[in-house]
Amino acid sequence: MLRWILGGREAQGSVEKSSVLCIGEEQPKNCFTELQVLKGHFDIVRFLVQIDDFRCASAGDDGLVLVWNVETGERLQALRGHSQQITAITTFTCKNEVTSHTSLITASSDRSLSLWDPDTGNRVQTIKDLQSSVKCLLVLERLCLWVSGGEELCVWSGDFQLQCHKQNHSDTGITALIELPKNCIAAAMDKQILIYRLTVSTDSSVSVAEICCLSDHQDQIRALININDGLFASGSHAGELILWDSIDWNILAYEHILWEESQAGSQTEIRLGAPKPSEMSIQHLTTNGKLILAAVGSGLYVYNVQIKSVVAYKKVAHDSNVLHTMMLSDSELMSCSEDGSVRMWEIQDLPLPAEPASPGFFGMWTFGRSNKPPGPPSKKVVDVPTIRTLELTGDLIGHSGAVQMFVSFEENGLVTCSADHLLILWKNGDRQSHLRSLALFQRLEEKGGL
Amino acid sequence: MIGSPDVVAFTKEDEDGQTNPDPWAVPDEFSVPLHPLADSNPWAKTSYAKFTKDFILISEFSEQVGPQPLLTIPDDPKVCGTFDLNYFSLRIMSVDYQASFVGHPPGSGYPRLSFVEDSRVVLGDSKEGAFAYVHHLTLYDLEARGFVRPFCMAYVAADEKKIMLQFQELSLRFSQASECLKAGNRRAFAKELQRKLRDLEYTHSVLQREEGLQREAGPQCLYSAHAVEKANELANVEKSIYEHRDLLRQISSYQHRPRRDPHSVTCQKCMNECLSECELLDKYTKLAQPFNYNENGEKGQGRVDGEGDEEEGVEEQEEGVKRRPSYTPQLIKAKSAKCFDKRLKTLQELCDETFYEATVELLKETERSFRGDLCYLHTLRLDKALRRKQKIANFLFEEDLGDDDEDEVGTLRPFCAVNHAVDNCILLNPPPIMLGPEPLKLDALEPPDPLDPASETSHTQDSELGLGQSHMESSPSDQTLETQESSEETKGSLSSDKSGVGQEEKQQSRASMKSEAPDPDSDLTPDHNHDLESSSEEMETTAGEDEGDGGDQTPVSLLEVVPGLEASREDECDGVNELDLLVPIDTACCMAQEGFLYEASAPVAVPYLRQNSHPQPSQTLVVNQEPQALLPLQDDYTVGSPSLESPAAGLNLPVGLLGDAVSRTSAEDGSDCTTSASTGSDRAASPLGYGGVVTLRQRKKVGQGALKFVRQYPFAMQALWSLLSGRTLVVLGVDEGRVRRLVAALALFVPGPGKCAERVQAWLSCPFSLTDLQRWKLIGLQRVASPVGSSMLYSLSRYSRYISILDADQKTLRCPPYRGQLLANVADHRTYIRRGSTYFLHVQSTLCRLAAKAFLFTFTHHLHLPVSSAEGPEVVEGRRRCFLQEQLGLGEEDSQILLYLSQLITQQYLKPATGSSAAAPCFSFNYTTSVLYKI
Repeated sequence: MLRWILGGREAQGSVEKSSVLCIGEEQPKNCFTELQVLKGHFDIVRFLVQIDDFRCASAGDDGLVLVWNVETGERLQALRGHSQQITAITTFTCKNEVTSHTSLITASSDRSLSLWDPDTGNRVQTIKDLQSSVKCLLVLERLCLWVSGGEELCVWSGDFQLQCHKQNHSDTGITALIELPKNCIAAAMDKQILIYRLTVSTDSSVSVAEICCLSDHQDQIRALININDGLFASGSHAGELILWDSIDWNILAYEHILWEESQAGSQTEIRLGAPKPSEMSIQHLTTNGKLILAAVGSGLYVYNVQIKSVVAYKKVAHDSNVLHTMMLSDSELMSCSEDGSVRMWEIQDLPLPAEPASPGFFGMWTFGRSNKPPGPPSKKVVDVPTIRTLELTGDLIGHSGAVQMFVSFEENGLVTCSADHLLILWKNGDRQSHLRSLALFQRLEEKGGL
Repeated sequence: MIGSPDVVAFTKEDEDGQTNPDPWAVPDEFSVPLHPLADSNPWAKTSYAKFTKDFILISEFSEQVGPQPLLTIPDDPKVCGTFDLNYFSLRIMSVDYQASFVGHPPGSGYPRLSFVEDSRVVLGDSKEGAFAYVHHLTLYDLEARGFVRPFCMAYVAADEKKIMLQFQELSLRFSQASECLKAGNRRAFAKELQRKLRDLEYTHSVLQREEGLQREAGPQCLYSAHAVEKANELANVEKSIYEHRDLLRQISSYQHRPRRDPHSVTCQKCMNECLSECELLDKYTKLAQPFNYNENGEKGQGRVDGEGDEEEGVEEQEEGVKRRPSYTPQLIKAKSAKCFDKRLKTLQELCDETFYEATVELLKETERSFRGDLCYLHTLRLDKALRRKQKIANFLFEEDLGDDDEDEVGTLRPFCAVNHAVDNCILLNPPPIMLGPEPLKLDALEPPDPLDPASETSHTQDSELGLGQSHMESSPSDQTLETQESSEETKGSLSSDKSGVGQEEKQQSRASMKSEAPDPDSDLTPDHNHDLESSSEEMETTAGEDEGDGGDQTPVSLLEVVPGLEASREDECDGVNELDLLVPIDTACCMAQEGFLYEASAPVAVPYLRQNSHPQPSQTLVVNQEPQALLPLQDDYTVGSPSLESPAAGLNLPVGLLGDAVSRTSAEDGSDCTTSASTGSDRAASPLGYGGVVTLRQRKKVGQGALKFVRQYPFAMQALWSLLSGRTLVVLGVDEGRVRRLVAALALFVPGPGKCAERVQAWLSCPFSLTDLQRWKLIGLQRVASPVGSSMLYSLSRYSRYISILDADQKTLRCPPYRGQLLANVADHRTYIRRGSTYFLHVQSTLCRLAAKAFLFTFTHHLHLPVSSAEGPEVVEGRRRCFLQEQLGLGEEDSQILLYLSQLITQQYLKPATGSSAAAPCFSFNYTTSVLYKI
């Protein structure tokens, strides 16, 4: 189409250079037919957290935290106070007998931590002049504590009192934190996973102790997630995916996510050279307890925990690195990428033995309408009977910069944030129009006529 | 659109018979009543008039020369043609029924000011073919006889019924103008009184001193003739002081007087300002011993000489008031100048400059709003009344009515034509007056000043005026009186002129000052010429240049009191739409007559109105020519918008009275307009929505552009569908003019374009983003071969799913396929419609129908909500589809148009009244494949 606009004579027949499959303009399964552009940030928006059913907060490099009403698209609050970019944000829910109140904890490069009330926009608590900036936050709701990770690990009480801290001796500091059973915490630091145990003594003072160090990864750990009560997983820059036992921290599975490529001698494409590290880096992991979705480079891999193997994958799912993924259901996935698009995928069973795809088939796949689902990318996959395919069901194009993250509000829609300073609220147009109709008749009734 | 005047005039005949009740007829409040005079020929009335269109005449009954015309609005000699303004002034001044009382009432010591209510009459003159609404008013002048100067303002039209039916509104408008003049006059009068008082006091003190000197000189001097004279003089001055003080008291008590006239509510602010300017008021009304002039100023400059200085003095006084806060008193001569020697004040001097300008603007606006024949006005009003009833969907395709909805507020609210905010900068920025049954026609490019309090006021007035339909039949007493008179005259044939005028002469007893009785045989007698000259001599032309050469000028140019008015001259082609059905009088004969009148020989070199008209012997033509023979059926006649007014002289006219340069004719219109203002292509191709009010000419232009597009591009239908179904259309091209023209043509089809066509971006030369797509529904995009261009093309291809792209250079269109039927009749490639205005109306009616359907769809409950709790959303969905497909007969794509319009209506309806919503607007789209259309 570019050629056509440029003035080429053959409009539709032109072959695009795009290396990625493109679904085209007809997307019957894509229900996001309405969007609202939410403006307010002045720099890259990196984080989105869901506060409750209809609110979310966005934070980014401008140090601003904005609270949005997802139903209407209104900006409810602007939380100002941080002078530098936000490095981590999380919700903190205080539950008493009847009510639960959700606050926001933010960490910034200005070496401060703040507690915000999203209802009023007030900065309830703030801690300044920390030794180092906090890179990740973890709330332990059961203990009513929260943990900040950076160059040091600090444990805080709900009212922002430092309970204890642990100095680390590493350049990178803690990049990810997860909660493990038995009051344990797993912290990813460079190539290691450190296990800490929190001890709450009788006088309710808390102490923290490093009890284990897991150093099986060959490269820097990029992602660390809980899978279920008994498992957690970590992914590294080199594409290693390790499943750990949550109780005794043993390796349950060690997968090199690009395993098939290293063995696939038949593929001409692959033999051109070893994949660059960025192409196999695990950017993001997400799970629903049974399946792990790993964003590897610009590809997506679905790993089944039970059978401990990749069940579906798309080696090139985006034009560029995938930054965030989500599993909407057992078969529906969503991913966003540096290329500015959000894509929706469906795990589908393979159609019956398909003709072998020609090499470079992917590259030739254009945006033209494809009545057939894209074929399996390699012969090897076809041989595995259990493998299924990832089918692109829709894409959301709107951002002009890398889509950093997204949060789904289910039927209320989807919020995406991007490096172009914008948030986009994607909604189901039919549902919205129905809601508007309802509102219209309600207003009509209030007014008692036109 | 609902009652578009052009259409009604043509279709009226056909509809005559179909009066049987129709079960499917719309309810009463939405029905379009037929024109009340449907059976009469709407063109017949203009036949005998010697002027081309209606105008407003301001006349004065001068105590020196009798009735004389002062000013016509519009200020164009061609408007009046051969119409004898002098004679008509005499006529209208002779029916002054003001209950005036002048001079000393018996028993009171001091002269009394007469507080006169305005009077309103309708007057007819069949010989001239003129009918007039005449509004008499009285202004105060210290130097005038009885301190009053009678004036009158007349709306002169050829159609009697037009005046009769618009009587209420005319009365209201002219009352406002009159109040404005009078307010200014009171102010000026009070000022003048104060000056006079100071003069008198100064004189008094000088005389006293002289008397004292005489007394010192010795008793023998005391009884000399000179001394006696001095003493008398002193006594006279004292008496005069008392008189003037009393006058000042009277004029300042004006506001407390009860007013009988419901229209004459004065602006409190003006009143207060007036009072506050009467700085000496308190002093004079309270102090018992007044003669306390202390000589703080210069000593009167000893100006006791010749009469010639008086005028100078007056002028100096005028200036002094403006520039200096305090006034230097002057010695007053004992004997005042003779009545006929002195120069009477002009209307401008009588009223404050500000008020005068405001009044003139008000009258101009009045004239503008009454342009067109009765049929036109009637349908215009109907149209507005209907649109006012359908507020919800109007924003889609209708022009903005431009008035707020406060009904019936204006009647008793004081109307003030003077914009108080701009009082200080009087000359450069006359207060914008916006008043009219049709809202002020503004150029879409130049939005009206929203902060203008005057405009707001006038808007409310508007809404009040618009309702006058029902009242129009009822007639006040003076109206009926004059109706009889004038209708009698109408019946009289042309040959019975003499008797008619004779009757008039009898009525002119009050006005029988000079030998001005008109010769009924013709108006070409030298008498008139003489009269004209003499009156022009009395006229205060500002530069005083044409004492001698008044004879070879048209009367109106002599009457141009304000040179600035020249700038805002009428467009030379009068406000005749080709479909407007105003019959233009053959101006050639008018001009021939003009020449005969003033040079008694050959035609003058007045610019011709129509190039196809020839100077002909006039008298026979005027009488004999069939009016219908002049019907403008050829394309040569230009479309004039009712508000045409060209800032031809390049003067910086304020926004309020802005004419639109856009509405100038261009060559392609085939017009023979002689004005020179050119139409820049950029300007002409500016996008225009309904939001801004559109002039007829703009309509025509837009219609022509759209028609051209439809005829030129076979895929026009797809493009229109794109716009109507809410898919942003990007017009891509290298040539700015071409892109702008296309955008301007297509803007017609953008639903809900906003007040200033905010949803249209005519020319964009940078890459656009998603927010731009959300904001604009029609974008003209520059195709450039540069890095900028490539990034632009990138954004084009990136967002291609949201947009349709019309390539103006390659003549291709990329958009989803449209297979519907709905747009087939507006976007017919082989349409037989040839004219822009016709096509505009055609499109408007189609769009109006669409909007009505969308309204129905939006507000039909069961199409959106379940009727019973058992129904699921699928049932409702099915019902909705059924409604669209079977009841409205719309296909898939056509339904999308309706859904989009419905969505706009819903959003508009739900929009908070405050208008300030924190929420971002929604942008809907759907995922469909586009195809490429080529020519």
